[in-house]
Amino acid sequence: MNPTYAHMLQQEVPLAWYLLLSAALFCLGVLGFLIKRNLITVFMSIELMLNGVNLSFVTFAHQWHAVKGQIFVFFVMVVAAAEAAVGLAIIIAIFRARATLAVDRIDLMKL
Amino acid sequence: MHLILFIVFAGLCLAGAVNLLLQSHPISSALSLIVVMVSLAVLYLLLGAEFLAAAQVIVYAGAIMVLFTFVVMLLNAGREERTRGSYAARLVGFPAVAVILGIIATVILKAQGLGSAGLRDDITSTQELSAVLFTKLLLPFEVTSVLILIAILGAVALARHGDGEGTPGK
Repeated sequence: MNPTYAHMLQQEVPLAWYLLLSAALFCLGVLGFLIKRNLITVFMSIELMLNGVNLSFVTFAHQWHAVKGQIFVFFVMVVAAAEAAVGLAIIIAIFRARATLAVDRIDLMKL
Repeated sequence: MHLILFIVFAGLCLAGAVNLLLQSHPISSALSLIVVMVSLAVLYLLLGAEFLAAAQVIVYAGAIMVLFTFVVMLLNAGREERTRGSYAARLVGFPAVAVILGIIATVILKAQGLGSAGLRDDITSTQELSAVLFTKLLLPFEVTSVLILIAILGAVALARHGDGEGTPGK
């Protein structure tokens, strides 16, 4: 095998790259929150932000060899599942009242 | 090998996230979000979190995204209309995103003592994880079950058809 190729197989990845990926995912989520005009897609952007933050938790858990970081991600997943259930129920209720999913037309708290 | 896997799946992850923003149909966005979540599961595995990788696929890519696609199809959500968006979002939002990304990136790149991850690193076994979860953190774990119960009740109460309170249409 070519030695440079073998070296590439052994190479380690600095954890800073994982953190940068996590920051990029979070910022893409915020961007999606700002530019998307569909209520469901806006909600998906929130999930994207949660996933970005989870990645940095796992990265730091690896850095410090700590189990608690991973357990926190587990709790975030539980809360995200509950949040998705309630949020989608709210979206269904809004759609039933307004018959639209465009966030520009859902601008009143009162039904 | 770790480097190659990281590059492949981090690229897939970013491509999925960008595609989520570019697609105009909610179903396409949901599918690209599934791509993001599955490639994140691989990244968790690379970082030695085997239980979280499995939970990511089962809970996020499985349960939550099925719920999303189900609601998209139930509400018959069509192509979204592009509008200009709010003035405040353009004036404050986009610069704020750029500033946040810049600050986080500079802090991370300047940080000393961040290690690196290789393929032969220690893997946190599910046994280790559950030993902490079910001894030290038993109370929070039980509280989450109450939280899930309340979420189920809330979802049913919210999504239930209003009892003749003038719901439009049907």
